[in-house]
Amino acid sequence: MESRTIRFIRRGELVSLTNVPPERTLLEVLREDLNATGTKEGCGEGDCGACTVVLAEPDRGRLKYRAINACIRLAHSIDGMALWTVQDLAGDDGTLHPAQEAMVQAHGSQCGFCTPGFVMSLFGMYQNHVLQGEGITRELAQEELSGNLCRCTGYRPILDAAQAMAALPRVEQDEQAILRQLEEINARRALAGAGDMNSYLAPLSLPELLRLRAAHPQAQVVAGCTDVGLWVTKLHQRFNQVLDVTQVAELRRVEPYEHHIAIGAAVTLTAAFEALAGQRPQLKTFFARFAGLPVRNAGTLGGNVANGSPIGDSMPLLIALGAHVVLLSVRGHREMPLEQFYTGYRQNVLAPDEIVGWIKVPRPVEGEFLRAYKISKRYDDDISAVCLAIRMRLADGVVQDISIGAGGVAATPARALQAEEALRGQPWTEQAAQRAAAALGSEFHPISDMRASAGYRAEVLANLVRRFWLETQGQAHINLESFRLAEVTLP
Amino acid sequence: MNAPEKFVATAAAQGAVGQPRIHESARAHVAGAATYVDDVPEVKGTLHAAPILSKVARGRLLGVDAAEALKMDGVKDVVLARDIPGDPILATFAHDEPVLARDTVEFVGQVVGVVVAETVMQARRAARKVKLEIEPLPAILDVREAVKQQSFVLPPVTVRRGEPEQGIARAPHRLAGSLEVGGQEHFYLEGQVGYALPLEQGQWWIYSSTQHPGEVQHWVAHALHVPASAVRVDCRRMGGGFGGKETQAGHIAVWAALAANKTKRPVKLRLDRDDDFLVTGKRHPFAYDYEVGFDDAGRILGLKLMLAANCGWSADLSGPVADRAVFHADNAYFLGDVEIVSYRCRTNIQSHTAFRGFGGPQGMIVTEALLGDIARALGKDPLDVRKANLYGVEERNVTHYQMTVEDNILHPLLARLEQDADYRRRRAEIAQWNAASPVIKRGIAITPVKFGISFTATFFNQAGALGHVYTDGSVQVNHGGTEMGQGLHTKVCQIVADELGLPFERVRITSTDTGKVPNASATAASSGTDLNGRAAQFAARQIRQRLAEYVAGKQGCRPEQVIFAHGQVSGPEAVMSWEQLVDDAWHSRVQLWSDGFYRTPKIHYDKNTLTGRPFYYFAYGAACTEVAIDTLTGENRVLKVDILHDVGHSINPALDIGQIEGGFIQGMGWLTTEQLVWTDKGLLATHAPSTYKIPATGDVPEHFRIALWPEPNREDNVGGSKAVGEPPFMLAISVWEALRDAVAAASGQARVALDAPATAENVLKALKG
Repeated sequence: MESRTIRFIRRGELVSLTNVPPERTLLEVLREDLNATGTKEGCGEGDCGACTVVLAEPDRGRLKYRAINACIRLAHSIDGMALWTVQDLAGDDGTLHPAQEAMVQAHGSQCGFCTPGFVMSLFGMYQNHVLQGEGITRELAQEELSGNLCRCTGYRPILDAAQAMAALPRVEQDEQAILRQLEEINARRALAGAGDMNSYLAPLSLPELLRLRAAHPQAQVVAGCTDVGLWVTKLHQRFNQVLDVTQVAELRRVEPYEHHIAIGAAVTLTAAFEALAGQRPQLKTFFARFAGLPVRNAGTLGGNVANGSPIGDSMPLLIALGAHVVLLSVRGHREMPLEQFYTGYRQNVLAPDEIVGWIKVPRPVEGEFLRAYKISKRYDDDISAVCLAIRMRLADGVVQDISIGAGGVAATPARALQAEEALRGQPWTEQAAQRAAAALGSEFHPISDMRASAGYRAEVLANLVRRFWLETQGQAHINLESFRLAEVTLP
Repeated sequence: MNAPEKFVATAAAQGAVGQPRIHESARAHVAGAATYVDDVPEVKGTLHAAPILSKVARGRLLGVDAAEALKMDGVKDVVLARDIPGDPILATFAHDEPVLARDTVEFVGQVVGVVVAETVMQARRAARKVKLEIEPLPAILDVREAVKQQSFVLPPVTVRRGEPEQGIARAPHRLAGSLEVGGQEHFYLEGQVGYALPLEQGQWWIYSSTQHPGEVQHWVAHALHVPASAVRVDCRRMGGGFGGKETQAGHIAVWAALAANKTKRPVKLRLDRDDDFLVTGKRHPFAYDYEVGFDDAGRILGLKLMLAANCGWSADLSGPVADRAVFHADNAYFLGDVEIVSYRCRTNIQSHTAFRGFGGPQGMIVTEALLGDIARALGKDPLDVRKANLYGVEERNVTHYQMTVEDNILHPLLARLEQDADYRRRRAEIAQWNAASPVIKRGIAITPVKFGISFTATFFNQAGALGHVYTDGSVQVNHGGTEMGQGLHTKVCQIVADELGLPFERVRITSTDTGKVPNASATAASSGTDLNGRAAQFAARQIRQRLAEYVAGKQGCRPEQVIFAHGQVSGPEAVMSWEQLVDDAWHSRVQLWSDGFYRTPKIHYDKNTLTGRPFYYFAYGAACTEVAIDTLTGENRVLKVDILHDVGHSINPALDIGQIEGGFIQGMGWLTTEQLVWTDKGLLATHAPSTYKIPATGDVPEHFRIALWPEPNREDNVGGSKAVGEPPFMLAISVWEALRDAVAAASGQARVALDAPATAENVLKALKG
C-alpha cells in the first residue's frame, strides 16, 4: 500500500502531509504532528465537542463551512478542504475574532478546556449565519451548540456570547483566495485519480467508486466516519485500506423527483435533514435532537443507513416514510424498502461489491399525519432508548395508509407490521389506538440496558401510540419536546 | 440576564475587588493558547503509558502475562506492583489502597499495571493484550447488601441528640420510608493526566492536573521512596476538577512516575475517557431509611435517619465525605430529637471520592424529601413546612453537632425569593393549569441551602502565598491553591492589586508549584479564595508595609500616612509612581518580596463524636424551580429557575455568578439525566458521554435568573466575601423537589417514591406509585 499526500489550506497556507496512516485521526495529526495543541480531546468519540474544528469546501462558487469533531475524523478525509482550528482565528496582532471576543466578554470560559470547541462552533455559526445577515437567536444557539459540552458554566454565558457575536466588528475570511487554492489542490487530485494502491481511496466519481469497491472489497468503507471513527479511537482498529465515499460528486446531491426525493449516500445528515424538514416541517425538532451539529455535519444519511444501528434515529423515520434504498455496483443496481435491507444486528444485504447509493423518500401526500418520537435520557445529543415514527393517512375516519418504524426495540431498525395490520382499514378511534399499542407490545421484545429497562421501553412504546392518538385529536402541549412555557401559562 | 455589573457594590468599586473582571486566562482560553498538561511540549524521549484494567469485580490475581503486549510495536515495558521501589500502598490517610493491584483485584477497572510505549495508541493497544489470570470471588455490588454484611471501609458513626424514639412516638404524625440517590461522574472536560520527568540526582518534576499538588508530591515521593524535597509538582490549570482531581490525580501521577522510574525516560499518562470513567471514583451514591415524627405545622419533633454511603472498594475520602453528609442532614432546619447513623460501605466498585458538595448534597436531599412528604401528608404548601422548620435566630439555633448557627439569614432571604419569584401566585396558577392538562403536569418548589464552610479536618484550614515585586514594578503572586476554572487566580490577583494600589494588569499569577509554596491543602471545600486569597493579601500587605516604612523614613511621616492607590504612592511630602518607588527601594536594599500565611480562626471539633464548631461560617441561598413532566413517558424539563444566593460581598460578581449557574446546572444533572449504571458483573456500563449524559445547552431554561444577597460575611473573611464553589450545587435540590411536586399533582398521592436521578424511567415509575 502507498500513502497519498494530504493537502489542505490552513491560515492561508497549503499544508502537505505524507505517510499518514489511513486510520490516523485529524486530532492526532493536529496535536501530535502539527503541535496545534489548542484543539483538545475531551472524549475521543464525538460526544463532547472539545475537538471541534471548522472545515470548508467549495460549493457553487463559495465556501461552505462545517463545524466537525476532529477526534473521530480521519485525517485523510480533509484532503482538498480548508481547515480552521481555534488557533487560526485571531489576527496576527492578536485581535480576537468575534467568536472569541464574545466569549471573553460574556465570561463564557471557566476552566477553558471545552472553550476551543465552543469557539469553533461559534465560528461556524458566524460564517453560516452572521455573515449571511441572519441573526442568532437563543434557540438557534442552543440547537447548534448542543454537540458541545461544558461542565463549568451552565451554558448561559455561552448562549449569550453566541447572540452577541453579530454586534462586534465584522471579520471575514479571504474566501476568493482560499477558493483559488482549493481549486488548485482539487485539480491536482482529479488528475491523480484515486490510485488503486493508496491506503486511502477517495474517488471523486460514481463509476470510479463502483470500480474501486469491486476491486477492493476488503477496504473499510467510510461515509462520514462518525461511527467508524470510534472503532479507531475506542476499539483501536487499524485499516489496511479505506474507501471513502464522501467525495463522490453524484452521491453528494439531493435530487427532486415528482413523487419522491433521492438523497445521495454521501449527503451529510445536516443537508439530508434540511431537505426532509423542508417537506415535513414537523420533523425539525426531531432532527435537531439527532446527535450534535458536528456529528450531523460529518455523518451522512447513507452512512447511518448502511451502518444500521438498531438505535440509529434515521431508520425508524425513514421506514415510516416508506423510504427505499438503492444499492449500486458495477453489475447494476437494485432497490428495496429500507426495512428489507437489514438481516440482523448490524447486518444487511449488501454484496461485497455493492454500496448504498441513494435513499428515496416519498413526498408527503395530502392528509398525511406524521410524528416521530424520541425518548432519551437527555433531550439533545443523546441516543434513543426508544424511537417511534408513525405515518398515517385517514379517509373518512378510516385508516387508509399506515406505516410505523421503531428503534431501540429489536436487533435492527424495524417496521411494526402487526401494529400496522391492527389499524389498516379500521376506523381511527381510541380503541384502535389501544389495539395498535397492544400489537406493538407483542411484536417487539426490547432489552434492558444502561439506557432503559425492557419494561420501560415496552410501556413507553405503547404510551407513544397514545400520544399519537391525542395529537391526531388536536391536543396541543402534550409533548415536552415542543413545550414552551410562555404559550401555556394562564394570563 | 444575570449581568454581573448589577452586583458591583459601590463602596468596593474603587479597586479591583468587587469588579466583574474577566478570568485571568480568558483570552488564552478562547485562542487555544492556554496550556494544559497534555499541551506541554514533550521532552525528547518521552514515552506514553496506558493502564491494564481488571475485568473482574473481585478475585485473586494469580498471574499477569504481558508476553504478547511486550512484542507489539513500540512497546517498551510493563510496570507492575513489583516494580514499586517504595511503599506498595498509596500514602492515603487510611493507607488501604495498593498503588497497583497485587494479589487481589477489588473492582472492574482496578489498575493492575501500566504498559509503556513510544506512542499513546501503541500503549493503549498493548494494555488490552495483557492477560490477567483472575480467580473470581463473590463481590458486593449493592450498598444495602454491604450494610447487611457489615462490609465497611471505616466504622459506622452515630450522632444523637435527645430522645428521637420518644419524639417520634409522641408526635401526632409519623412517616417512614427509604430513598436511593445515585452517584455522579465528574466529567471534567480534561481527563486525568500526569507527566513525570526524571531529573538529575534522583529528583523529579511532575506535571499533574491536580487540585492538590502537595498530595501528589507526597504520594509520588512515598511510592518512589525518595524525600518529598526531591519531587516538584506543577499545575498551571486544570480543565475542570469538581473534586475529581483532589485525590484521583495522584494515582495517575504515581503510575507515570513509576513507569518513568523503571524506564529511565519521561513518561506521560493520559487516560482515555472510557478508562477515566472506569478507573476513577465518583460522587458517593447513598441509600437512606428514615422515620420522622412531626406536629400539625409539619415541624419535625423526632427523626431517625440512616445514611449508607457507597464508598466503593477503599476509603479514599469517604470518611470526611460521610461526615459532611451527617453535618448537612439538617440542611437549614432544626431537627429536634434526632439520631443519624452513618455507614461507610465497602463495595466492589470504583472508590468514590470528593465531588462538589462533598457529601453535603447527599445529607441535605433526604431531609428535603422528608419535608416535601410531610407537607403533602398534611396538605400544606411545602414552603410553609420548610419555613416552620428553619433554624431560629435566637432559639432553635443549635445544630445536631452542637454548633450554634450565628449567621442565619434564611428567613429574610427566603421571603425575598418567594416574592421575587412570585411563588404563591405561580403555585396557584400551576394547580389550576394542571387540572386542565391531560398529559403534562407542572411542579414548583423552593428549597434553601445552608452550607458549612471550612475543611472539617481543622488542620487543612491553612494556606501560604508568596508575593514578588520585580525591579520594573511588575508583581508576581504564587499561592498553594490551584486553578480549575473557578477563577481563584483572578480573585487573588484582584486582592493583591488592591493591597498594593495597582491596576489589576500589573499582577500576574504563576502555576501552582510545590517548590514555591509547600504543604498546601487541596483546593477544595470551596475554601480556595478564603484561604489563599487571605494568605496572598498578607504577603502583599507585608511588602506594602516595608515600602510604606521606607517612604515614611524618606518623608518623615508615619507609615500609615503613605497611600498606595492607582499605581501611585503618596506621602505628605511627595507623590511618586509605583515603579519609581520600587526602583528606589531596591537600590536602598528593601526586601521586595514576602510570604503570607493564614489559618482560619475559631474552628474546632471532636472527630470521634462529630461535635464542635467545624465551620467558620455558613453560606446560604435558595432556589425556586418550576418543571414539567410528561405522564406518558416520564420525560421532564426544567422551565424556570430563580436563585437568590449569598456570597457575602462578592470579590468578583462575574465569577461568582458563574459558580452559581454552573453549580446549579451540575446539580440539576446529578438529579435528572446523569445516571451511573453498573451491570450485575460490576462493570460500569455508562463509561462514556454517549451513555452518561451531563446537561447540554438545551437543558438550560431561558428563564434562569440569579441574584446575590447584598450583605457581607459576618465573620472576618477576605473582602467580606463568602465561599461559592460548592453551595450553589445544592440549590438544584429544588429541581428534584419540583419534579416530586409534579408527580404528586399527576398521581394525586401524597407520597412520592422518586429515586434520584429523576430519569424519564424513574419519573414514570414514581407516577405509578
